[in-house]
Amino acid sequence: MATDIRIDYYPTHEQQGIKFRRGHVLPFGATMVPNGINFSIYSSEAIDCTLVLFERGEAQPFAEIRFPEEFRTGNVYSMIVFDLDYERLEYGYRMDGPFKPEEGHRFDKSIILSDPYAKAIGGRDSWLATPNWDNIYPYRSRLVFEDFDWETDHPLETPIEDLVIYEMHVRGFTQHPSSKVKNPGTFAAIRSKIAYLKELGINCVELMPIYEFDEWENSKENPVTGGLIVNFWGYSTVNFFSPKAGYAATGKFGMQVDELKTLVKELHKNGIEVMLDVVFNHTAEGDHRGHTISFRGIDNKTYYMLTPEGYYFNFSGTGNTLNCNNPVVRNMVLDCLRYWAADYHIDGFRFDLAAILGRDQNGAPLSNPPLLESLAYDPILAKCKLVAEAWDAGGLYQVGSFPAYGRWAEWNGKYRDSIRKFLKGDEGLIGELAQCIQGWPDLYHYRGPTASINFISCHDGFTLYDLFAYNEKHNEANGENNNDGGNDNHSWNCGVEGETDDAFINQLRHKQIKNALSILMVSQGVPMILSGDEVGVTKSGNNNTYCHDNELNWMDWGLLEKNADIYYFAQRITRFRRAHPVLRSRTHFQHRDYVGSGYPDISFHGTQAWHADFSASSRCLAFMLDGAHAKSGTIEDDSVYVAMNSYWDALYYELPILPNGRSWYLAVNTDMPTGQDIYDIGKEPKLDDQGRFLVGGRATVILIGK
Amino acid sequence: MKVTITDHEDISVVEVSGDIDSKTAPEFEKNARLATDKSQKIAIDLTAVGFMSSAGLRVLLMVYRNIKGQNGKVVLVGVSEDIQDVMSTTGFINFFTIVDKLDEALVILKQD
Repeated sequence: MATDIRIDYYPTHEQQGIKFRRGHVLPFGATMVPNGINFSIYSSEAIDCTLVLFERGEAQPFAEIRFPEEFRTGNVYSMIVFDLDYERLEYGYRMDGPFKPEEGHRFDKSIILSDPYAKAIGGRDSWLATPNWDNIYPYRSRLVFEDFDWETDHPLETPIEDLVIYEMHVRGFTQHPSSKVKNPGTFAAIRSKIAYLKELGINCVELMPIYEFDEWENSKENPVTGGLIVNFWGYSTVNFFSPKAGYAATGKFGMQVDELKTLVKELHKNGIEVMLDVVFNHTAEGDHRGHTISFRGIDNKTYYMLTPEGYYFNFSGTGNTLNCNNPVVRNMVLDCLRYWAADYHIDGFRFDLAAILGRDQNGAPLSNPPLLESLAYDPILAKCKLVAEAWDAGGLYQVGSFPAYGRWAEWNGKYRDSIRKFLKGDEGLIGELAQCIQGWPDLYHYRGPTASINFISCHDGFTLYDLFAYNEKHNEANGENNNDGGNDNHSWNCGVEGETDDAFINQLRHKQIKNALSILMVSQGVPMILSGDEVGVTKSGNNNTYCHDNELNWMDWGLLEKNADIYYFAQRITRFRRAHPVLRSRTHFQHRDYVGSGYPDISFHGTQAWHADFSASSRCLAFMLDGAHAKSGTIEDDSVYVAMNSYWDALYYELPILPNGRSWYLAVNTDMPTGQDIYDIGKEPKLDDQGRFLVGGRATVILIGK
Repeated sequence: MKVTITDHEDISVVEVSGDIDSKTAPEFEKNARLATDKSQKIAIDLTAVGFMSSAGLRVLLMVYRNIKGQNGKVVLVGVSEDIQDVMSTTGFINFFTIVDKLDEALVILKQD
């Protein structure tokens, strides 16, 4: 082995029996080198740094090695330590420096700090296993083997307009006993449900935060059940490079990295992309009252946006705000995403409260935010999807105006609100509805429809079922007197608040869910559905279930039978979208015929063909997409006609006449019972009456012309 | 942990007993290398192994890669249910043929 070692890989120093030498400044973090580990960490204001080494799980460190002054280059401390056991090692740092909050410094050398560049964190290895609260170093930096065998795997690079995104919580997806999987609530369990995902017809899973977080954060008693309230969703990052160990069946063996990579590889094999919901707007350290875990003790002033008095700006609504446009922090974010893209083969990222990423170090919005620009032009991230949640808790709302650099897409919150209002029967929405189904050209004129991630429900807010079962939120179980969670739900309970035996109401609710799924799947842009909506999951009217590790967040697989009609419909409507390229345009409609088919690419209709009623009192809109214009006229598709009726009574819609002897066939009629509400591709019955169609009250009809 | 290597015609059998963790994995790796240096048909008998850590699994994978590069074959014998679970969850299992008894491994390896 010795012949493999470079001349400079021999120790020069020894202390407490540990041999070490000057290290490499880059890369930051802990890196395996021949016979040793290279440690490198940045702090702009520390006056002294000590590396602290633990045997895995031991209460006390086996060594503490102060970085000799000559090991510091600029503001970076680096050292190679020899003969350490990669697998058993846990490491951290003590940083000495001033504790002067008014100047932004919060150094405390009594605390052992986690490495911002650690690739795994020990301490929360199994979900909700009771921690040792007296641990002197609760979130321990670890190394991981970076030798995963990807074989021929590669990110799928599916065109974004062809995606059907499925927003999923790793634990919530399979934790319910009805999921009947081995290792419920884990990455491994998702793998055993891949057949289900394929059957559903989605081709991208968006995982809610999987960076290491502490589910015990702010844990307290549930005022309703007496159980425990925890951080279930995980929007509170402890470390940006580490997957959550508690989401891995093998987390207790420290093999979460292999387990997650295996999941990604298997999903890819089945044509399913993986997008991560990433939280770079704040960390788990909270405000000035929070715990010091890492960043605060390493370089408070660099990592956080601070008020002139030294307190934390709170644009995230969670206590602190990561200082993303500081060049050092910006590089960390970039390093992190590159790592996930290159080492985990992640296909895309959804950025939580992304408007914060466009704020300067004092919180003011930047016109040309360096971080967003860097990500957009990064060579390694070049094929990754970048999706912004284009608002923050500080009031910056950038839907339609997020700095995009030709790359960024957005969660379209306006789409969600407009469709909800239309479906509940509000007036004055036909103009917005027309925007929704076109990928909102008014907002995304230059960016194209693919800038719009369309959704009607997501983890935040009501589930699709609850949207039609509750007028008001019911968040009592969150322990905040029902004051948390949004109030602008635009929901309608269909007549009774909550569960009911009334068959008519239940039927209407199911129909409304099918209406919602139909409109979502025929809209230009990129559709996203919330995991469980395909079977009508309920959260009992709670619209902010971030803290519940129970049935409120665990998908009930028994609903596959109970709501079989919804599931049957969902599986087919996703396929309908994927079968018809005319629904998935990369560019906006031109409202004219540019291929010589005789019909414009899109035309609007109403109860009268060619006459859409955009007046304030209208609740009806129909549109026709000309198949000859599919994908800008490069592919021949059927024509698609969609009639949407939010009026409470049935109305006749006059159908546009198809050219060249073509006829209308029925693909979807949400007013019909299951089996007749949606037809398999190629099995659509031809309409007897080609002149008009009776669209039921609060119903959606989709026809294909061929 | 103890490792013994025995030869059955052109097949090398690596028999391990005890736990394979980061402390013992280098010894396992050294012996596995010896076996792969002289044979392209390897049976690794893990019947007497109670625990195998990530480092141990990585040695197995290294053997597999090495042997595959020589168009040979590796068969694992007597892998405990716990270890198989971890191998399955982390994807390692996809690379291996696993049998209960050494006799079965010898039959498989002789076929090629």
